[in-house]
Amino acid sequence: MDFSYPPRAEDFRTEVRQFLAEHVTPAVLEEQHSGTVHSWELHQKMAAKGWLNGAVPEELGGGGRDALEMSVLIEELQLFRAPIDAMGVVIALASIILELGNDFLKDEVVPKLLRGESLGSFGYSEPESGSDVAAAQTKAVRDGDEWVINGTKMWTTMAHEADYVILLTRTNADVPKHKGLTFFIVPFDTPGIEIQPVWTMGYERSNATFYDDVRLDDKWRLGDVDGGWAVMKTALKFERGIAGGQFFSAPLIEDTIAHARRHRRPDGSLLIDDPVVRERLVRAMIDLEVCRVFAQRVAYGAAVGAPFGVEGSMTKLFASETFKKHSNWFIDILGVEGLLRHGEPDAPMGGFIEESFRHAPVTTIYGGTSEINRNMVAEGHLGLPRAR
Amino acid sequence: MRLELTEDEETVREVFAGFFAQESSIEVVRASEPVGFDLGLWTKLAQTGAPGMAVSEAAGGGGATLADLAVVATEAGRRLAPVPLVEHAVATRLVAAAAPADSSLGSLIAGDQVGILALAPAVDGVARLVPGGSAANVVVGLDGDDLVIVAGEPPAGPANTGHAALADRDLRAEGRRVIGGASHYARARAEWQALTASALVGLGHQALDIGVEYVMQRQQFDVPVGSFQAVQHGLATASVDMEGAEYLAHKAVWALASGHADADNMASMAFLFAAESAQAAAAASLQYHGGYGYSDEYDIQLYFRRAKSMTLVHGDPGLEIRSLADRLLGPVGTGASA
Repeated sequence: MDFSYPPRAEDFRTEVRQFLAEHVTPAVLEEQHSGTVHSWELHQKMAAKGWLNGAVPEELGGGGRDALEMSVLIEELQLFRAPIDAMGVVIALASIILELGNDFLKDEVVPKLLRGESLGSFGYSEPESGSDVAAAQTKAVRDGDEWVINGTKMWTTMAHEADYVILLTRTNADVPKHKGLTFFIVPFDTPGIEIQPVWTMGYERSNATFYDDVRLDDKWRLGDVDGGWAVMKTALKFERGIAGGQFFSAPLIEDTIAHARRHRRPDGSLLIDDPVVRERLVRAMIDLEVCRVFAQRVAYGAAVGAPFGVEGSMTKLFASETFKKHSNWFIDILGVEGLLRHGEPDAPMGGFIEESFRHAPVTTIYGGTSEINRNMVAEGHLGLPRAR
Repeated sequence: MRLELTEDEETVREVFAGFFAQESSIEVVRASEPVGFDLGLWTKLAQTGAPGMAVSEAAGGGGATLADLAVVATEAGRRLAPVPLVEHAVATRLVAAAAPADSSLGSLIAGDQVGILALAPAVDGVARLVPGGSAANVVVGLDGDDLVIVAGEPPAGPANTGHAALADRDLRAEGRRVIGGASHYARARAEWQALTASALVGLGHQALDIGVEYVMQRQQFDVPVGSFQAVQHGLATASVDMEGAEYLAHKAVWALASGHADADNMASMAFLFAAESAQAAAAASLQYHGGYGYSDEYDIQLYFRRAKSMTLVHGDPGLEIRSLADRLLGPVGTGASA
């Protein structure tokens, strides 16, 4: 095997690093403490570089950055702690529309997304359906050339900044649940939509969105009527490909090492000299190497056009579970001061570990919980029977 | 970048998967207990050319790559082959690199003699509990600053957890030759770590395969045990770790073969992660066998025991973590300046 990146990807890495060193400024990092893990300034600069467009597969009319270059971009963004929650959704949404959407959606929505003008939001989960995503109750009823939509979506993160939501609706209640689903791209300025914030244990704001007799022309439909499950599969493919969170632990480890070199235990010894600290750091570094080979394997598979298998599930599961473990270890290392939040003058590392500790639990939940991913590995990799 | 086996490696894999399935059957493995070495299997393995395969053709070897050797190690690990293949291959490569004119090299390459590497420097001239020590005629190890090679009849070894062929070896025995220094030794140790990681990958994968087969066939509460989600999730977690271990081992082998600056650290990480993951995989698989997993009659206990012995012949993994910490973080006492 050969784990080296081709020169094209390494050159791109250099370019990305230079760009991020310049543009992920303290002000950009500070911005996300508003709870919105997005910076319009950074997002639009990246769009201007052609990187949002570049991330869209070439065969779909994108800018032809290959999967390895994209993985390099995602890795570096995570290393720089760049606030990119919105970016992942934009790229996934544009890719989905380009693969499955009609000409209207391709012309109307995709350019705005890829130029960095519009953001999107995922409208899959509902108050009564999360992992069981096919149980969606939000109703879309046909009325001539229009659809009338009623229902509620949960975890529509970024909705308060976004122009569009990709909405999973029920169009047929008389068939097995996954056969009666239809997708729409819904502009948030359509009358009848209300957005309410959902504040979380981490630093992020999410949203609940309410749809009350929202009338939508049929041209906003994505995919076939009652063909939503096929769209869902494509959507999940792009979501996992882009937003794996494979390198969340990288800045955590780097910053904790830097901190441990400069700070002391109450007894005066340097943290970095403490065997208990050293073991946790080394174990985390090994886990990160495993994340790296997992991420590389997903990117390589995409680059050579291998069929999408359980590698994405494995990567997401391992990376998020170890991130949660590391953030828990590292807040312990900081002792009682580890509890101090961003903004407190005595907060170690500006509260970064404290925030990570509160943020980490969502990473084993969103985008497919660890349990769902274990189901997929058990079924798809070990050949065990469906257990739900 | 290429993250799949080459065609040649795939051929090597198929050939040795077949070889070890046939020649290192579970009956052969059990029959080798408690000695942990099967001379008949070794002789057949020598006929395949495996003992000297990864020595250059110029030095009289098979000219195969380290990656080819790793593929063979994985298949040997999968079948718990009671032969010190990794130790022998690493020692032979070491002799070929450090002392190509040494009189032992030809017979090591041919597999006419079994050679091994003492994984820890000798204390008072004695290398303690060397893997393969009760099987090998030739031992390479570090005595002080000297890399030495000694020959001699293997002594009988002590009874141990994994029925490993362990024995103390005297590195100051008559006829010893100094063939190099600590740098050659460090390289060989790193190769041992990467290749043993590969062997543990084979062991862990097979332990899971055994577990999956068992839980699908064993019925409780009128359904296969493998239909229970608690069982599935334990196996899934272990299999994800094994998958990570597999690719990290491949990366370590690649790093060593391509002269990557971090190769030694990669080998160390691959070994530590594979050791933990394989032990956990064997433990999970044993657990889901229920009481039968604990009985001698079932094979999973063989995997559980050998995962531990393949790891501990290198010493407490905690010491390797400590060594890795010194390399990655700088030694204790240098933190503020590093």
